[in-house]
Amino acid sequence: MKELVQLERSIKKALAAAKKFGATSADVASAIEDGFNVIVREGEVETLEYHRGRSLGITVYFGQRLASATTTDIQPEKIEAIVRSVCERAKFTEEDPCAGLAEPELMARELPDLDLYHPWEITPEMAVQEAIACEKRAKQCDQRIVNSEGVSVTSVRQFSVYGNTHGFIGAVPSTLHSISCSLIAEQKGQMERDYSYAVARDSAGLIGGFDYIADQAAERTIQRLGSRKLSTQKVPVLFASEVARGLWYHLLSAISGEQLYRHSTFLLDHLEKPIFPSFVQVYEDPYLPKGLGSAAFDHEGVATRKQHFIEGGVLRHYLLNSYTARKLGMQTTANAGGAHNLFVSHQGVDLRDLIKKMGKGLLVTELIGQGVKLVTGDYSRGAVGFWVEDGEIQFPVSEITIAGNLKDMFAHIVAIGKDRDPYDAIQTGSVLIEEMMIAGM
Amino acid sequence: MFLYRSQIAACKFNNRFLKELLNLALLHPIKPKGIAMILQLAEETFLKANDLSMHDLESVLSSLLRHRLDYADLFFQRVYSESWLLEDHIIKSTNLSIEEGVGVRAVMQEKTGFAYSEDIHLSALRKAARAAKTIARRGGSAKTTPSVSMSAMPRLYEPLNPLMTLSEQEKVELLHRVDAAARAQDPRVTQVIANLSGMYEIVLVRASDGVYAADVRPLVRLNVSVVVEDKGAREKGYFGGGQRSGYEFFLQNHLVTDYAKAAVDEALINLSAVDAPAGLKPVVLGAGWPAVLLHEAVGHGLEGDFIRKKTSAFADKFGQRVASSVCTIVDDGTLSLRRGSLSIDDEGTPTQKTVLIENGILTGCMLDKQNAQLMKQASTGNGRRESYAHLPIPRMTNTYLLPGDYSAEEIIGSIQDGIYIENMAGGQVDITSGKFVFSTSKAYLIEHGKITAPIKDATLIGNGPEALMKISMVGNQLEFDAGVGICGKDGQSVPVGVGQPMIKIDEMTVGGTRS
Repeated sequence: MKELVQLERSIKKALAAAKKFGATSADVASAIEDGFNVIVREGEVETLEYHRGRSLGITVYFGQRLASATTTDIQPEKIEAIVRSVCERAKFTEEDPCAGLAEPELMARELPDLDLYHPWEITPEMAVQEAIACEKRAKQCDQRIVNSEGVSVTSVRQFSVYGNTHGFIGAVPSTLHSISCSLIAEQKGQMERDYSYAVARDSAGLIGGFDYIADQAAERTIQRLGSRKLSTQKVPVLFASEVARGLWYHLLSAISGEQLYRHSTFLLDHLEKPIFPSFVQVYEDPYLPKGLGSAAFDHEGVATRKQHFIEGGVLRHYLLNSYTARKLGMQTTANAGGAHNLFVSHQGVDLRDLIKKMGKGLLVTELIGQGVKLVTGDYSRGAVGFWVEDGEIQFPVSEITIAGNLKDMFAHIVAIGKDRDPYDAIQTGSVLIEEMMIAGM
Repeated sequence: MFLYRSQIAACKFNNRFLKELLNLALLHPIKPKGIAMILQLAEETFLKANDLSMHDLESVLSSLLRHRLDYADLFFQRVYSESWLLEDHIIKSTNLSIEEGVGVRAVMQEKTGFAYSEDIHLSALRKAARAAKTIARRGGSAKTTPSVSMSAMPRLYEPLNPLMTLSEQEKVELLHRVDAAARAQDPRVTQVIANLSGMYEIVLVRASDGVYAADVRPLVRLNVSVVVEDKGAREKGYFGGGQRSGYEFFLQNHLVTDYAKAAVDEALINLSAVDAPAGLKPVVLGAGWPAVLLHEAVGHGLEGDFIRKKTSAFADKFGQRVASSVCTIVDDGTLSLRRGSLSIDDEGTPTQKTVLIENGILTGCMLDKQNAQLMKQASTGNGRRESYAHLPIPRMTNTYLLPGDYSAEEIIGSIQDGIYIENMAGGQVDITSGKFVFSTSKAYLIEHGKITAPIKDATLIGNGPEALMKISMVGNQLEFDAGVGICGKDGQSVPVGVGQPMIKIDEMTVGGTRS
C-alpha cells in the first residue's frame, strides 16, 4: 500500500534527522486517515464530510532527557525542521532516570496479519440511501417517535506506522466502519432520546446492519418514555453491558502504571490480592482476528501477549508501559497505549436471568457525568434505566444518581452475564452489584 | 455535551485578580491599521507561502457555487502549541505541535458538504471543493460576493505568539516555582504535577457572503495537580488558570502561590471529608467555575442547532418563563482576555453579547450562519469549530449569570440543612430530556446557617428547565472561572468560560452515599 510506504519513508527520515541532531534514541508514530461520514436526518442528507488527515509524532531522547513534537506536515523537508527544533527543546528538560525507549529485546519480532483491513465497498451516495431507509424504518416503528438526531454512516481507512532507533518498524493498515441511529420520542410533552450503533473492522461485522440498529434505537427510545424519579434508597444495581464496560475501564485506569506511580489510585499495592469475587476473570487477547483492540505490538513496539489482569478475582498484572514499569521497578506488560481486546468472564446467564436474580433493584442503561475519583474509588454518577421488582422491569427511571465506592462495588459483584456487546474492545456482559445508594426524591 | 477542567485543573478567580484583569483590559477597538496587519499576517501564512492569490480563493468559491448552494466558505488555520510538564521535581517532557490545514464547506439549506486538506495549495483546495459540493446538484445561480474586510474589530486580546513571551528557561523556572510553592504549603503533599501550555492560532476565513477576515488568537494555561497523603489516606487536588495573552500573565503578584495553595487546599479538605448526603437538598453554588450549572442546564439547550431541529427541551419555550425572575443569563464572546472570548468566530462573524434569559424569560439563543439563515435570524457570532478538520456549529463563548442582591452570609445563613459547593470537576447534559449533572470537587455541609464539615465528591442531577426556576437567591459578586474550561460537543472540543455570583437552588438531588 502506497500510504504505508510513504509513512515508512517519513519515519525513517525523522529518525535519521534525530540522530543527525544528536539524539541518542528516538521513536516516531505516523498515520494517514482516509474516509467519510454522512449524517441523514428527516429523510435528507444533513452533512457529508470527507476525511483525509495525517499526523506524525516524534519523541527524541538525549540520554535521560526527552522532548516530543507532533505535526500535520509529513513532507520530508518539513520533518527535518521540526526534528531540529524538538532536539533544541530537549536541552531544557531534565534527566529522568526512567526515561527511554522500551528494551530492544522486547520488540515484536513477528507481526502476524490480524485481518484488520477490510475497505467497505460503499460510496457516500449509497450510504445516504441506506441511512435514509434506516431512519424511515425507525420512525415507522412507533408514532411517538417524533424527531430524529439522524442516522450516521462512517467508513475510515487508517494506515499507521511506528518505528524507533532500535530498528523496529511496524505498519498496520486497518479499517473501521460504523453506523448509528439516534431518535427522539415524545409523550405528554416529555422528550426522550436514545440510540443504537454498530462498529466493526469489516462491514460484514455490522451484525443485522441498518435494520437492526433502526429497530433497536426505536425500541430503546420508546422504552424511556414516561420515566420517573425514584426515592432515595439502597438497592442492588445491574449495569447493562453497554454501561458495564465503564466499570472495567475504571479497573484498567486504576491498575495503570501512571496512576500507580503517582499514588493516584485506590488499587495501589493490590498486586496478588483479591479485588473481585473468585469467579471473575479478566484477560486481554491482542491477537483476535478483526478485533477492535487487536495489535501485535504496543505503542512502543513491544510484542503484545495474551494475559490475565484478574485471575480468580486476584489482581495478577498491572497495566504498564516501559516508563511506568521502570518507575515501579517492574517489566512492561506491553500496554503502552492501553489494553487490547479485554474479555470479562461470565456465568452463562443472560440479561433476563440477571433481572430475575436481582428481583428488586435498578437496571442502569446510561450513565452521565464524570463522578469517578480514582484516588479514593469514590463513585457517583447520573443514571438512566429501569426499576425492577418481582424479577420484572416495571417502569423507566431518570434524574437519579447511583453512588458507592469502586473497591466495594468490585468486591460485591454478584453475577456477570454472557450478553456481551460486540461493538467494543471491552467485551463484557451485564454486571450485577449487590448494593449501591440511589439518590432521587 | 459536557464541560470539564482541562487535564488537571480549574477554577475560582480571586476578586483581586479579577480587578487586575479588568485593569489590563484593552478596550480600545483595533483600528483599520491593526486589522490590516492581522490580515497581512494571515495572508503571508496561508496565501503567499502556498502561492495562492485572492483570485484563487474566489475562483474556488465560484466553482463551489456552480452547484446549487446558498453559501460556501474556506477556513485556513495554523496552530502552534506547546506544553511543558513538571513531575517528581523535574521538567519531564515538553511537546511542540504544529497543525495546519484548510476546511472547505458547502451549504444548501440544512445540508452541508465538507472536506479538508493539510496541504494548502490550489490543487488541494480544488479537490476539497469538488468533494464538498457533491452535496448539491449542478446548476447553481448564487454568486460570490466580493470580499469586504472589516473596518473595526474589538481588541479583546493582543495578536501575539505566547510561545515567544518567555524564554524556554523562564518557562522551566515558572514550573519549578509552582512545584516549590505547592510543596511548601503542607508536609503532607507527596506529588506535584504542573503543566504549562500555550497556543498561537492564526485563522483566515473567506466566505461567499463577502466575509474576508482573519484573527490571531493567543491562549495560555497553567495547571497544578497534587496528591496529599496522611496516615494511609490519599487525596488529590487541582487548580489552574489562563487567558488569551502571553505567559507573563503567570508572573504577576502571587499567582503561582495562589494556584498552588488552591490545589493543596482542595486535596487537604477532601482528606477530612465525610460521606456526602443522598437525596433532595437545598444547594448553594459558589461564585465562578460552579457556573458549570448554567453551561449544562441551559447553555447547551440554547445552542441554535438544537433549537432549530427542536431536539432541545427549550425549543418551544421562547418568551416563556424558564428560570426564576432573579436570573439573567448571557453569552458574551467580547470579554477582554477571557478564555472563551473571540474577536470573530470561526465563520468570520464578530462575537457579541447575547441575552439568553432575561429576568427568567427565555429571550435568545446562540447561532451560527447556517442555523441563523434557516431560522431567519442573524448569526450571533457563535459559529465555532475545533479546527479546520471540523465543521463549525453553534457553541458557547463565555456564559454567565448577572449579579443579584444578596451577600454570601445571607445566602448561606438562609439554609438549615443543605450543601455548599465551592468547586466542581465538570458537568454533562442530555439536551433532549433536559437532564444534567455536575460533579463536586470541594463541597461542604451547611448546618443551621453555617458551613460545616467538608463532604466527599458527589454528582448532582437536575432538569434544566426546572432547576433554574428553583434559583431563589443570587449573590452580589460576579466571578468568572480562572480560565481552564473545555467544552465538548459532537466530538469537538473548544475553550469556553463561565461565570456567576453565588447562587442558592432551593432543591436538587445530591448523589452522595449517606441517607
